[in-house]
Amino acid sequence: MDFIFEWFRTLYSETGVNLPFIYDEYDRKRMAEGLLTTIWLSLICLFFSIIIGVIGAWLQGSSLKWTRRIVNGYIQLFRNTPPLVQLYFFYFAIGTLLPRVENDWGGTSPMLGSFAWAAISLSFFAGAFNVEIFRSGIEAVPKSTVEAAEALGFSRLQIYRDITLPLAFRVVIPAMNNNLVNLVKTTTLAYAIAVPEMLYEANQIWSDNVNVTEMMIFLLLAYFVLVGVLVAGMNKWERAMKIPGFG
Amino acid sequence: MTWSATSDPMVSIKNVYKSFGSLDVLNGVTLDVMKGDVICIIGPSGSGKSTLIRCINALNDIQSGSILVEGLEVNDPNLDKLELRKKVGMVFQQYNLFPHKTALQNIMMAPVRVLKQNKKTSEAAALELLKKVRLEGKENAYPGELSGGQQQRVAIARSLAMQPDVILFDEVTAALDPETVGEVLQTIKELAEDGMTCILVTHEMAFAREVADHIYFTDRGIIVEHGPPETFFKDAKDPRTREFLSQIL
Amino acid sequence: MSYKTDLPVMLPVKPRALEPFKSLKKRHILLIAFLTIVGPSLVFAQTGEFEKSPLAILLDWTPLLLSGFLFNLVISFGAMALGTFVGGLLGLGQVSLFAPTRASSWLVTQFFRNAPWLVLLFFAMFLLPFELNIFGFKLPLPDWFKAILGLSLPVMANVSEIVRGAVRSLPSGQWEAAESLAYTRRQTLWLIILPQCVKRMLPPWMNLYSILTMATVLASIVGVSEVMTLTGRALAAEGGRTDLLAPFYGLVLVLFFIYCYPIARFTVWLEHKFSVIN
Repeated sequence: MDFIFEWFRTLYSETGVNLPFIYDEYDRKRMAEGLLTTIWLSLICLFFSIIIGVIGAWLQGSSLKWTRRIVNGYIQLFRNTPPLVQLYFFYFAIGTLLPRVENDWGGTSPMLGSFAWAAISLSFFAGAFNVEIFRSGIEAVPKSTVEAAEALGFSRLQIYRDITLPLAFRVVIPAMNNNLVNLVKTTTLAYAIAVPEMLYEANQIWSDNVNVTEMMIFLLLAYFVLVGVLVAGMNKWERAMKIPGFG
Repeated sequence: MTWSATSDPMVSIKNVYKSFGSLDVLNGVTLDVMKGDVICIIGPSGSGKSTLIRCINALNDIQSGSILVEGLEVNDPNLDKLELRKKVGMVFQQYNLFPHKTALQNIMMAPVRVLKQNKKTSEAAALELLKKVRLEGKENAYPGELSGGQQQRVAIARSLAMQPDVILFDEVTAALDPETVGEVLQTIKELAEDGMTCILVTHEMAFAREVADHIYFTDRGIIVEHGPPETFFKDAKDPRTREFLSQIL
Repeated sequence: MSYKTDLPVMLPVKPRALEPFKSLKKRHILLIAFLTIVGPSLVFAQTGEFEKSPLAILLDWTPLLLSGFLFNLVISFGAMALGTFVGGLLGLGQVSLFAPTRASSWLVTQFFRNAPWLVLLFFAMFLLPFELNIFGFKLPLPDWFKAILGLSLPVMANVSEIVRGAVRSLPSGQWEAAESLAYTRRQTLWLIILPQCVKRMLPPWMNLYSILTMATVLASIVGVSEVMTLTGRALAAEGGRTDLLAPFYGLVLVLFFIYCYPIARFTVWLEHKFSVIN
C-alpha cells in the first residue's frame, strides 16, 4: 500500500496536485473518520426519521382533532423552515437550557454533544417528510383488501403488520429513496456545529495544506460516489421488493 | 343456546334494520338458511343485497333485529369476531387477494396466522385446495400474474382454507370477462354439490336457476318474494318481481 | 402467459390534500411565535430593573434582522433566475437526440444533483476569484454574488431534472402527432411539448424555490452577511446571553415560515388545479 501513497507524494512534488489525505497518515485518518462520521450520522438519522415517520403517520390517522393538528403543525414547521436554523435552535437555544453534566476533567460540559444534537435535529427534519410519505403509503392500500383480511378473521394488529405495512412500504420506497439521498446531503450542515464529518475534516485539511481546489473536487466526487452507491443499492432493493404483475 | 344442525337454521336473520346515516338500506329482512342450502339473493342495485350479506359477516353492523349464525348472535356487542369468521367465509367482487403474496401464501396465511395451524399441514391443504379449484401449477404465481377468473378462484380457495360452515359470495362474477365467468361458476357449483352452505348475491340468473335451492328477491331493503327456482322464475306473484325478471331475462 | 389483472391490485398513490382549515396559517404562526419567542422571553422575564426583557431586545434588533432577511430573498431570486435559465438549457440537452449532448447533460445534472448544497457553496466561494479581469476591466465579485453562483448550481441540476421529467411525462402521442404534421424537432419542442410541460413543471419548480430560499442561510457559514450572520452578531453584541438565543433564532424561524408556508400551500393548490385538468 505504501507505494500507492508514495506515488501521490511524487504527484504533488511533480505536478503540484496535493492530495495529503492519501499520502499523509494523519490526514488519511482524519478523512476516513470524517467519512465514517458522515455515514454513521446518515444511518442514525435514517433510522430515527423512519420511526418518527411511522409514529407520525399513525397519529395523523387518529380520530382526535388535536392530535392530528399537532402532527400537522410539526410537519409544516419543519418543512417550511431552514434545517440549519433548526439545527442552531436545537444546539444553541435548547442545548444551553439543558443542565450541564460533569465531565472527566472536573469541569462541566453540555449534556448532549454536537453530534447528538445534529442527529436529533436532522431526524426531526427528515421525519417530517417521512410522515407524509408513510401516510400516503398507508392510504394507497385499498380498503377492500383490508376488508378481505378482516373477513378471514385477522385481528387489527395482524392486518396492520401483515397486509397494510408490507404493501404501504412497497409504495413508498421511491419516495424514501429520495429522502435518504437528501438526508446524506443534509448531513453536511452538521459542519456548522463542528461535527467532524466529511466536509469538516476536508476543511481542516485544506486549512493546513492550502489545497482547496483538490479538496473541493475530492469532496464533490466523494459525495457523488456515496450518493451513487446509495441510489444503486436502493434501486436494487426496490427491484427485489417489487410485486410481480403490479405496476 | 345450543344449536343443532338438524333442526335449527344455520343462518337465521330476523327483522333486520340497517341504515347508513339517514339512508335506510335494510327495512326489516327475515330469512332462514338451512345447512347445505344454496341461496341466491337477487334484486336491483341499491336494494340492500350486498349490505345484507356483509351484515351476516359483521363487516357492517345492524341497527335492530337479530342475525344468528349457528347460535352465535352477530348483533351482540361482545361477539367474538374470530369465532364468527371461522364459521363464515366470504368471497368479494374485487377478489381482494393480497398482492404481495403468492397464490399459495394467500391461501395459507389465514390458517397459519389466525387458526395457528402447523405450516406444513396448511401448505399441503392449500395445495389440495388449489387442485380443487383447478389451479394446480399456479402456487407460486402472484395475483398480478393471474387473470381475473383465476384470482377469483384463488379467493374461493382462500376462504375454503378456513373450513367455514357457510360461504358468502358477493357478486363474485360481476367484475369478470364473460369467458371467465363460467370457470368461477363451475367452481361454485362443485362446492354446492359437495354440500357447502352458500349464500350468493348474483346477477347470473341461469346459474341461480340451475344451482339454487331457494331464491330471494329484494327491493328497497325488504324481501319482496322468495321461492324455489322452478316456481320463482316461471310463476312470480309480486308485480315488482315480475318487472325485474322481465328486464333481465 | 402473464395477464394484466382485470382490476387494479393497488390504488395509485394520490397526492395528499392538506386538512382544509382556513385559519391554519394564523394558528401555526401564533403557536410557533409563542413557543419560540414569547415563551422563553417570559420565562426569563425576571431580570433586573435596568435590564430590558428579551422580547424588548428582540424588537430592537428586528429591523436589522428583517433587512438581513430581505437580503436572503435577493440571493434566492438571483440564484433561482440563474439556475432556472441554465437548468432549462441543461434539461433540454438531456432530451436531445444527439447522444453526446444527452450524455454530457445527464452527467452534469447527476453530478450537481448528488452534491450537497453546502459543498457546492464552498466550491463557488473558494474557487471563484474575488475579482474578474475582463478585457482589462476589473469586475469585483462580492461574496453575495459568489453565493448566488454557488446556490444556482444545485438549482440548475434540479431544474434540469424537472424539465426532463416533464418532457418525458407527456404521452408519446404528442410527438407522433407533431411528426405526422411535418413539424421539425425544434418546432415540436417549442410549440407543442414545452407549453404543455410548463403546467407540469410549475409545482416542483415552486417547491424547489422554497427549498432554495431555506438554503440561503447556508451562506452564513461562508461569511455572507445575511440574516443568520446578523443574528449571530446581534447576539454577540448583546453579550452572548443564553436567554436571548431562543427568541432570536425563533424569530428567524418565524420569518422563514411566514415566507415559505404560503408558497407551500400555493404549490399544493397548483398541483390539484393542474391534476384535475390532466
